[in-house]
Amino acid sequence: MDIHEYQAKEILSGFGVPVPRGGLAYSPEQAAYRAREIGGSQWVVKAQVHTGGRGKAGGVKFCNDDHEVHDAASELFGKRLVTHQTGPEGKVVYRVFVEGTVPIERELYLGLVLDRKTERIMVVASAAGGMEIEEIAETEPDTIIRSVIEPAVGIQAFQAREIAFGLGIEPAQVQQVAETIIGCYRAFRDLDATMVEINPLVITSEGSVMALDAKMNFDDNAMFRRPNISELRDKSQEDPRESQAADRGLSYVGLDGNIGCIVNGAGLAMATMDMIKQSGGEPANFLDIGGGATPERVAKAFRLVMSDKNVEAILVNIFAGINRCDWVAEGVIKALEENPVNVPLVVRLAGTNVEEGRKILAQSGLPIIRAATLSEAAERIVAAWQNDLKHNVKLVNAT
Amino acid sequence: MSILVDRTTPVMVQGITGKIGNFHTAEMLKYGTNIVCGVTPGKGGSTVHGVPVFDTVKEATAKTGAETSVMFVPPPFAADSIMEAADGGLKLCVAITDGIPAQDMIRVKRYMRRYREANRMRLIGPNCAGIISPGKALIGIMPDHIYKTGSVGIVGRSGTLGYEAASQMSDLGIGVSTSVGIGGDPVNGSSFRDILELFEQDPETSAVVMIGEIGGPQEAEAAEFVRDHMTKPVIAYVAGLSAPKGRRMGHAGAIISAFGESASEKVEILREVGAVIAPTPAAIGETVRDAVATAA
Repeated sequence: MDIHEYQAKEILSGFGVPVPRGGLAYSPEQAAYRAREIGGSQWVVKAQVHTGGRGKAGGVKFCNDDHEVHDAASELFGKRLVTHQTGPEGKVVYRVFVEGTVPIERELYLGLVLDRKTERIMVVASAAGGMEIEEIAETEPDTIIRSVIEPAVGIQAFQAREIAFGLGIEPAQVQQVAETIIGCYRAFRDLDATMVEINPLVITSEGSVMALDAKMNFDDNAMFRRPNISELRDKSQEDPRESQAADRGLSYVGLDGNIGCIVNGAGLAMATMDMIKQSGGEPANFLDIGGGATPERVAKAFRLVMSDKNVEAILVNIFAGINRCDWVAEGVIKALEENPVNVPLVVRLAGTNVEEGRKILAQSGLPIIRAATLSEAAERIVAAWQNDLKHNVKLVNAT
Repeated sequence: MSILVDRTTPVMVQGITGKIGNFHTAEMLKYGTNIVCGVTPGKGGSTVHGVPVFDTVKEATAKTGAETSVMFVPPPFAADSIMEAADGGLKLCVAITDGIPAQDMIRVKRYMRRYREANRMRLIGPNCAGIISPGKALIGIMPDHIYKTGSVGIVGRSGTLGYEAASQMSDLGIGVSTSVGIGGDPVNGSSFRDILELFEQDPETSAVVMIGEIGGPQEAEAAEFVRDHMTKPVIAYVAGLSAPKGRRMGHAGAIISAFGESASEKVEILREVGAVIAPTPAAIGETVRDAVATAA
């Protein structure tokens, strides 16, 4: 789960990470008021959207008086920010964060991740702040310092100091940087984060340390014990189809293609997408309805996939393990009776009681194209989709 | 022979009184698995399908001699149950539970290191389909009828994609020595490499199918093992060629977040070390057939 910058800063500040004075605003008037409240003579107005690369996309504006703050905010509200991480649909700005600016002496990178190789929390730091870590890894890999934290005892002061000295921090500020690193680690561990990133972490010209930007991700599997974090979920930043799916206990990822997929199991769902692509089609989504594949889940899945306007054909691929195919087939028919689909539909059932399942589909009288194997399913859905397209083009030409 | 489990392995079911544990206990018993006890704290003294239930793992192992556990405990308590199994002297724990917090798994793996390697429990999963040695024992949730007895080992992250592979092989008359699901979580027990090593040592396994997916370093680590130690043919498929970067594809661990974690990069790494790559997920069966024929 992602949260906003202002939320991450509030959390980290509770763990002793110094952040600039700032305030959240839902309107330009509020933004101007926040600027006056914060004081000073220069402010930055930052779009609160769940993506990196906001600066380049015009989501961060520097202002020298409260009129400018007002105007910057009014320009940002409702704006669709498109960055390299959002895809072409972008993310809409509904909140802005106003902060006083600080005079920057040095910019550093500080990140904490769950390292899958060591299966531990790892601190990643670099003296080349301000750039994205992927960019640093490419252009200045030698500046990257990595430190793996022993989970039984947690981070030790010497580790944090080593990182700080490694970054070339002046002795006077080493303690502050070390405390910041330790604070980030504690927040990560105590709140079930999967990522904490401060980029840049700056040394101001007055010699203080400050987190100018902050990002945190959390482990969805741990949210049952983190109600205060789950509360920070902002559905306006999610793909509505994905939020809908998550609320219904389905695992869905929207993609750019036209062939909707309904599959049980994450691996089989990915394999089905791969097959569609290799047969000349483009998947519209990843969708795992879970190993169970109950009729209710199948029905929910149909509603969800059909809510995507780009879907021009649907492939259902269920490998019934514990369930029986006849039962899944009945679920498919029930779902279709309740939500008729007007696009080509291929259903492939495999596993327990497969013959009975196929018979039920055949006898239903519904326009279901059946397939026995994974390759047959992919070929048939792509062929049916292409035929349907030609047919529709003919219809358009005839009118 | 087979790896990890056979006909005589005495098995404990952790979380046996829950709906899922109860259901799969019946399925495993039907298959002939030697289930000797169950554990649910507070339900000691009762029985499930004739299997005695105990309050603690230690009591259960002392009274029944269980050596392997299969775990169906809900996510909030699952990590605790794995550690109880490790401390209770079990040799193997197969964790089926999906949804265990990643930091709980970090703690579990750290905890398991308290024991000397010789006494250290082996963990399979979590978030996996379990283990089946066809004709011998089922310690998991897979549909047993799709597995023929034979000599090809299967190791994969995904449950249903593993079934797909087994059923393609079965249709071609190819049987399985043991199939192991290592699960879809970012921090898991045994890795691809660990299971490949067991298959390499098993005299009755002649080839291994490895079914990977996007995310994490384990396929690359397995490739090093294949290059340096595997004498048996390895057939590989990596799911998620069409998966976009940075998006989580169902499994908690199926996300491309670093260099080398995409399906195409993993396929390349595996191809370089001599694994036979199944060109599509529909061609896993044929690829195994051809690779086994070439090797023989």
